[in-house]
Amino acid sequence: MADLINLIENWIKNLLLGWGASAGLTGFILQALGSVLVVMVCFAIVIVLIWVERKLAGRLQDRFGPNRAGPYGIFQSFADMIKIFTKEYVTPAGAEKGLYNIAPVLAMASVLAIWAVFPFAVNVIGADIHVGVLYIVAVGAFGILAILMAGWSSNNKYALLGASRSVAMLISYEIPMVIALLVPVLLSHSMKLSVIVEAQEPWFIFVAPLAALIFSISSMAEIGKAPFDLLEAESELVAGYHTEYSGMKFGMFYVAEFLHQFTVGALITIFFLGGWTGPMAVRWPILGVIYFYGKSLFIYLVISWIRLSLPRIRIDEMLDLNWRFLIPVSFVNLVAVAIADRVMMEFTLARWIYVLVMFGMNMFILWAALAIAEKNDQAVEREEFPPRPVAVPPGVDSK
Amino acid sequence: MLNYWLYIGIFLVVAVVVPLVAVLLPVLIAPKKPSARKEEVYECGIESKGNVRIQFKSQYYIYALIFLIFDIEVIFLFPWAVALGELPIFAVVEGVIFIAILFAGLIYAMRKGALAWS
Repeated sequence: MADLINLIENWIKNLLLGWGASAGLTGFILQALGSVLVVMVCFAIVIVLIWVERKLAGRLQDRFGPNRAGPYGIFQSFADMIKIFTKEYVTPAGAEKGLYNIAPVLAMASVLAIWAVFPFAVNVIGADIHVGVLYIVAVGAFGILAILMAGWSSNNKYALLGASRSVAMLISYEIPMVIALLVPVLLSHSMKLSVIVEAQEPWFIFVAPLAALIFSISSMAEIGKAPFDLLEAESELVAGYHTEYSGMKFGMFYVAEFLHQFTVGALITIFFLGGWTGPMAVRWPILGVIYFYGKSLFIYLVISWIRLSLPRIRIDEMLDLNWRFLIPVSFVNLVAVAIADRVMMEFTLARWIYVLVMFGMNMFILWAALAIAEKNDQAVEREEFPPRPVAVPPGVDSK
Repeated sequence: MLNYWLYIGIFLVVAVVVPLVAVLLPVLIAPKKPSARKEEVYECGIESKGNVRIQFKSQYYIYALIFLIFDIEVIFLFPWAVALGELPIFAVVEGVIFIAILFAGLIYAMRKGALAWS
């Protein structure tokens, strides 16, 4: 009786079998229903998240945020939806029509497709394939392709510039992200997401905090929002790769960006925060689903908080951060974790000693890396100006 | 096992069809009044000049090339990481040497100035 989700699944299954459908067809229909459900939940979450994000942005920046449509403006997203569905498509002259129209769909599909392999609870797992981590990395990369397609096909210089920046930036940040992903794979000896989740005793954020940090920073860059929003820096590039998009085609990029941020939250949850695990989650799988979405939402809000607080970084600084800091540190971290894990496997150690050694080693690497980075930091040469003469109203003491 | 890949196949179809429907729906309900002015490329209101697909700074390509090396390296490292528990110490050291060689490549590229933006 605990199992609400399986109860519904069995009910539909028996209903279909009772109607005379074959076992194969029943399985097919169940899988189709499952995938439609996951996709629809994603869309529903985004509609809520857009309101949450705008309200949060308003509050953090000392303004109200949406407050006209309904109580606390909760119907703002629906009003926007109606508006965006009735907007005219404007295709710029000279655009490459095929690529131009496929790009927004691909951007959305690449983010949605990641959700196919997520484990939501102990027995609610999408596709529990053996190469789950590789699948996530491979499918996620299509988002970069969509941005490139959008920028190149728009026939707009700023859009093309934004797309080229995505090559330099998104592609660069993919390396530390994937290397950091190797650490949970290494600790759980599997690429299967369900095994990675169940191997987290305690959560991997305590065993490999440095990998968690590197993964969070680089996947924040992958989202392409502030402080890493160079591909759509509005003060430099109009709106970057989606300058020429209007109506729902722009809407798809917008929704994909929000969903990507939530997906990154879900990925951090799965790899470092124990996924669906929590008190009573094995006995009541429905609780597991709630824990999973709750943790993802928490990470989402933290990312929003960071992005609303920090200004945009310059492109050379950002690439330096990646190539001169994140990649070397992630390599050193990977080697250290691999050797420590293998050596400690030779001795039968208590779990808490293992975790303590790992945590201490991670912290030491982080400290050493920061110390080296600080030592090699070149001071920026700034021109010195004499103090400016300031106009002082008569009768006011200038001190 | 095969069942899982069927699920992924269905999921991919759904993930493409749903955004496609969302994009195609406004074609039916949205107004359509195209004009030459409206379809001009937007560059802050200035008339666009010259060809868009111009030559680009070579730095972008260098980054893409270095990315390719490391991405392929990571693909080799995934099976190594999965099998780490059963591997003899020798194979672990071998993997570390493999990482070290590519790390030396990164240092070389850094010293050569290939990773400097400017």
